[in-house]
Amino acid sequence: MKPHRRKKLGSILFIALGLSVAAGLTLYALKQNINMFFTPSQVAGGEVPKGQHFRIGGMVKDGSIAREDDSLSVNFVTTDFISEVPIHYVGILPDLFREGQGIVAEGVVDTAGVFQASKVLAKHDENYMSPEVKAALDAAGTSTEGSLPSEGYKPQY
Amino acid sequence: MLPELGHFALILALCLCVLLGTFPLYGAATGNVRYMGLARPLVAGVFVFIGLAYVLLTYSFAIDDFSVTYIQQHSNTLLPFRYKLTAVWGGHEGSFLLWTFMLAGWMLAVAVFSRSMPIEFVARVLGVLGLLSVGYLLFMLATSNPFDRIVPLPPADGADLNSALQDFGFIVHPPTLYMGYVGFSVVFAFAMAALLSGRLDAAWARWCRPWANVAWSILTIGIALGSWWAYYELGWGGWWAWDPVENPPLITWLFGTALIHSLAVTEKRGIFKSWTVMLAILAFAGSLLGTFITRSGLLTSVHAFATDPERGVFILAILTLSVGGALLLFAVRAPLLRGRFGFGILSREMLLLVNNLILVVSAASVFLGTLFPMVYQALTDDLISIGPPYFNAIFVPLMALLVLVLGVGPISRWKKTSGRYLTTQLLWVGALSLALGIALPLAVTLEFGLGPTLTVALASWIVLSSIKDAKNKLGNKKTLMAGLRALPLSYYGMQLAHLGVATMVVGAALTSVYSTEKSVLLGPGERMDLGGYEFEFIGAKPITGPNFRGMEATLEVYRGDELLRELHPERRLYLASGTPSTEMAIDAGFWRDLFVTLGEEKGASAWSMTIYVKPFVRWVWLGAIFMCLGGIVAAGDKRYRRALDKQAAQKQTASIAPLEPAEGVS
Repeated sequence: MKPHRRKKLGSILFIALGLSVAAGLTLYALKQNINMFFTPSQVAGGEVPKGQHFRIGGMVKDGSIAREDDSLSVNFVTTDFISEVPIHYVGILPDLFREGQGIVAEGVVDTAGVFQASKVLAKHDENYMSPEVKAALDAAGTSTEGSLPSEGYKPQY
Repeated sequence: MLPELGHFALILALCLCVLLGTFPLYGAATGNVRYMGLARPLVAGVFVFIGLAYVLLTYSFAIDDFSVTYIQQHSNTLLPFRYKLTAVWGGHEGSFLLWTFMLAGWMLAVAVFSRSMPIEFVARVLGVLGLLSVGYLLFMLATSNPFDRIVPLPPADGADLNSALQDFGFIVHPPTLYMGYVGFSVVFAFAMAALLSGRLDAAWARWCRPWANVAWSILTIGIALGSWWAYYELGWGGWWAWDPVENPPLITWLFGTALIHSLAVTEKRGIFKSWTVMLAILAFAGSLLGTFITRSGLLTSVHAFATDPERGVFILAILTLSVGGALLLFAVRAPLLRGRFGFGILSREMLLLVNNLILVVSAASVFLGTLFPMVYQALTDDLISIGPPYFNAIFVPLMALLVLVLGVGPISRWKKTSGRYLTTQLLWVGALSLALGIALPLAVTLEFGLGPTLTVALASWIVLSSIKDAKNKLGNKKTLMAGLRALPLSYYGMQLAHLGVATMVVGAALTSVYSTEKSVLLGPGERMDLGGYEFEFIGAKPITGPNFRGMEATLEVYRGDELLRELHPERRLYLASGTPSTEMAIDAGFWRDLFVTLGEEKGASAWSMTIYVKPFVRWVWLGAIFMCLGGIVAAGDKRYRRALDKQAAQKQTASIAPLEPAEGVS
């Protein structure tokens, strides 16, 4: 092989190696950071492995919100109208958190069967229903009308 | 009547765009100067009619014409006037009209500021942009007409603009972002024109660079404005959420950044030609992808796209036709664009290639993380989300690597640089950066942390190597002033933009390390300590605004015994839509931000609230401002304004001369 060919081949191999390492690391990072989503029925049915961090989506059950007066702790129940999961959260709830509205919470189920949420997201406009909530209601066959929003914080325009 | 006139203006603009997309391109292919000459007047016409449609929609908003569906959905009689004027881009249809209007504006700019380019090139650029506009206008007229009426009975009042949008950020962020986005269509058209003509040389790169720089600068500031807006309005204490809405602009920006560096190599050395064209296509594809993701319903659910496919499929068709067509043209023509010169393993070309690789890999990983949940859902029907840790894990090390290369790039030489030269140049710079990295955070916080050390070291590396490079350039001049004057504007632009990178690195990294936040319940007179500040809750009182009611709290911030200032966070309830909204109170500062978001009232006039202390957060946007200014300063370099280079001038006069009499006769 001529020297300049060898040099060229060398740089191509080097780039290919670099790219495959990058791709491998990317896929590894992706795999580590996937958040699965479960509906209240799936949680009640025991489909969630113990101790797994996941997202749950559903409606806030009417009359279920119990706030403590002297702390930021709040308890409520999320439902897909078939099964219910109690949620505990410490912090300030989003602006649009209300009874009868769809929410998505992120966290783990503790030994008492209460979902300890580290984050609670609510819809951010009237036509907004998070895809997770919508999917939960669809899966349970209790879907109401409503167009779909993003899970994120930003309103669309 | 007026909305119908607007609708009609759009149809006329479409007709003109069809002409623009055919005659000048045909003329350029056959050497017909008359057809090529049509490009500029047609562009003026397109701009006038799209502009007219835009003005008419704005006017209909101003006079509360709720018989127009779009206005009924996004305005209200109580809406403050400035939001009525800007609610034009408060929804899908109007946003798209603004987008198209921006494209028309860019086309007009190309038509006006292209005197230094040969007419066939201008005709091709404007022709390609005309074809794009045909796609956009067809999309608007077929699926998202902002002028649709509610018949027969118009409602008395509108549903109001989404309360989360009623803010200064909404006035400035979308237009800037779109303008930057659409600017990359112009660069794309330049690349297509080069492929069509088969001429891609240093002169082409010189024509292209100012446009790429300006588009990149505007996109930079557009993204920064969005980040700043989200920061102060949404009140979650962050400035970037790796949200699927904000990722596509970032992807475009990363490709664009790679592009402006690759263009430099194409201009100076005549190589990387096909790579530059590829990046122009990718940046453009990124901008269309952003539109596709947000407008198709894909973002919310794969099924939303499947149930109402009209818009999504249409944009997908535009995406496929334009990007697919471009790639096809690229495949056919790229073999013609061979570079002439080789370069060494250690050379500025190589370092810029590494810069490009890092930027493209980071763009690809952001792309993967953004689209993966959608693909996963389409394939398995399971819902997943990819959290910020993924993006941080990939993006942060890549950017650190990029900063390392950034320090070496400007100081290295074209073609071949000896390792020894670089070592003598940068050894002290590196040592000093490391020393600063260890010393500065330690001196301020009395604590060693790996993150802050690396951050300060990397930022110093950029700044010190830039100073070293400038010193080298000025060293052999008689006086400092003479040296400063001899340096081209593009050099100042580069230095400014790189300084922006250093500033942003400091802001982004240190704010994530040093920020503190705490959610508390405070009664009147109660105090709380956070990050060396004391916050005292005074009380809350009701307030009334033009279209909302609410509560306003008062907090006093103390540092030691000194009262720094009062903060007034609010909670509002918008009357028309009934949506609540939190207005945070911010004390902004160069070194740190203090801010408070109000939660809810609990028990005896106690309120829940979250208090944040965020050091260096302003540096993120300051860095973006530096980058933006750098790009604009570089675009102002006088070598871009030089008239036609001689060779092109001769070629053009030669082709025009025989046809001039014919023009005189007609």
